[in-house]
Amino acid sequence: MKHSSLMKWFVSREGLYYLALAFLLVVLLPLTLDSFRLNMVGKYLTYAFVAIGLVMCWGKAGILSLGQGVFFGLGGYCMAMFLKLEASTPEATAIQSTPGIPDFMDWNQLTELPWFWEPFHSFSFTLLAVIGVPVLLAFVIGIAMFTRRVGGVYFAIITQAIAAVLTILIIGQQGYTGGVNGITDLQTLMGWDIRTDEARNILYFICVGMLFLCLFAARLVQNRKLGRILVAMNAQEMRVRFSGYDVAAFKIFVFCLAAAFAGIGGALFTLLVGFMSPSFIGIVASIEMVIFCALGGRLSILGAVYGALLVNAAKSGFSESFPELWPFAMGALFIGVVLAFPDGLAGLYKSYVMPLENKVFKRNKSKTAPVATRQTAEKVDDYSPMNDTYSPEKS
Amino acid sequence: MSTAKSISGDFLLAVEGLTVSFDGFKAVDDLSFYLDPREIRVIIGPNGAGKTTVLDLICGKTKATTGSIKFAGKELTKLKEHQIVHSGVGRKFQTPSVFEDLTVFENLEVSYPQGHSVIGALAFKRDTAVIEAVEDVAKTIFLTDVLNEPAAMLSHGQKQWLEIGMLLIQKPALLMLDEPVAGMSVAERKKTAELLRVITKDHTVLVVEHDMQFVGDIADRVTVMHQGKVLSEGSIEHVKSDPKVIEVYLGH
Repeated sequence: MKHSSLMKWFVSREGLYYLALAFLLVVLLPLTLDSFRLNMVGKYLTYAFVAIGLVMCWGKAGILSLGQGVFFGLGGYCMAMFLKLEASTPEATAIQSTPGIPDFMDWNQLTELPWFWEPFHSFSFTLLAVIGVPVLLAFVIGIAMFTRRVGGVYFAIITQAIAAVLTILIIGQQGYTGGVNGITDLQTLMGWDIRTDEARNILYFICVGMLFLCLFAARLVQNRKLGRILVAMNAQEMRVRFSGYDVAAFKIFVFCLAAAFAGIGGALFTLLVGFMSPSFIGIVASIEMVIFCALGGRLSILGAVYGALLVNAAKSGFSESFPELWPFAMGALFIGVVLAFPDGLAGLYKSYVMPLENKVFKRNKSKTAPVATRQTAEKVDDYSPMNDTYSPEKS
Repeated sequence: MSTAKSISGDFLLAVEGLTVSFDGFKAVDDLSFYLDPREIRVIIGPNGAGKTTVLDLICGKTKATTGSIKFAGKELTKLKEHQIVHSGVGRKFQTPSVFEDLTVFENLEVSYPQGHSVIGALAFKRDTAVIEAVEDVAKTIFLTDVLNEPAAMLSHGQKQWLEIGMLLIQKPALLMLDEPVAGMSVAERKKTAELLRVITKDHTVLVVEHDMQFVGDIADRVTVMHQGKVLSEGSIEHVKSDPKVIEVYLGH
């Protein structure tokens, strides 16, 4: 029973969209791209984690955060701290005045490892921290803001300020954080050299796997009543509150969920790119993340993945040929999206490609299953988990 | 607090000495009134009398400056909005506020009193009890035929009924309706009065309304408010013939 319903899902239209993305990421791109380019795609994908979180938080629940880079960065720094400690063995750092601590600490006259670095000797602690630290911060911000009913533009400004504060803090505390250079020269993960082509390919596939896990988690939330409450809250917050829901708790939840996704993305970024620096987490980076989400379509988790891929690919392509023009192109892109197609690529797909698909689906139906009743055909065609239509015969 | 301590156990709702002041302006001023179980009470009064504010205070949307609101023996002024809902108070707003993106079924389902925590909403399953409750309420509010339509497609009157339905499915002991027939056609008004009569078989209802014809149709008792205070209270005939009411509200 369970098995057959899973099979049914895979041949449903939504299942096919997921299969198409999986085919692109697991088969097509690895076969056609060299290791260097594939690693870049992996890097773009780490931003897709943030974009999925933004779809849930901003697109669905209407909470615009301009500081997702903070959570991305915290996840990334947690992973970088672990890798840096592994790279800083007493033997490898024998020329330092204090061997056994990260090189930048030695340069800043630190003579022992700060207390908050100590737990990052443990890999299991690091994995917990990659999700736990961003979620904890999101939880504290959420409690402080949402229970006081701070929302909308004010919330966006505050998250942006937090991004600025964290960047300044990291740059200022050079001895503890590596400052503006970030944490660099990361080499091995539990003895496994992450700089080889082979390791990078494997990390790419881990990244794709994690991405699908996050997509399914987001999909679960959006298809449950929880997802409907988030959407309802966005449109009629008062009505949700007076239907007996603690609106603040739901906002805190979705903000923490987005932070968890961003943290996972950040940790994978560190692994794929080999270093972490404040430039990936500040205001500019955070706003770019919102653009990935907006371009892909802020209501579609799959759209967000494509948005992150396309904008980053465009950024790389553009920056290689006309580095000085990219910021303008990016700005134009964002304005274009907001003015011309506010639901992004997913919205365009829905209004232009889906009607074509409907025709194809209908034709196939009439060929393969001429006896199918009108009703069953309609059910497959209009499959959408959000509008899982109620019909009396279900009961 | 002019009113002496009441035996609030006998009343479903006991409002005593309720005052709210916005920057010194007292929108509700030392107001006291009591609702019996299964009573339909209508609050009328000129614009700015504080009628809607009274509803806001009871449902927790506005916090009282002083005074007490006892509902079934429970003090409401200290509770949060969703806690007040869970104690059995439902509130309908003046403009219909339904979830336009969701279907009529989903609108009612969201209001079903189960799975209201984050975890609960994640685990919530649409079982037969939910479907039965939704169908039941849909029948009461005349929307059985449009259960699968998005709420955005409904007419103004249907949206008002849907919102009343969203309250009914919560099974509240007290329903508060703010101008339920505003903007409705004559036929819709009639149907709404009929709906309210069905509802009051097992609910207490507090209504704010302007339409005197409609008030006369439904009210057990009427409270007339003026400048944040009770001007007159009693049967519709009583308040209609009260010279003070004629002076400030009904006109000669």
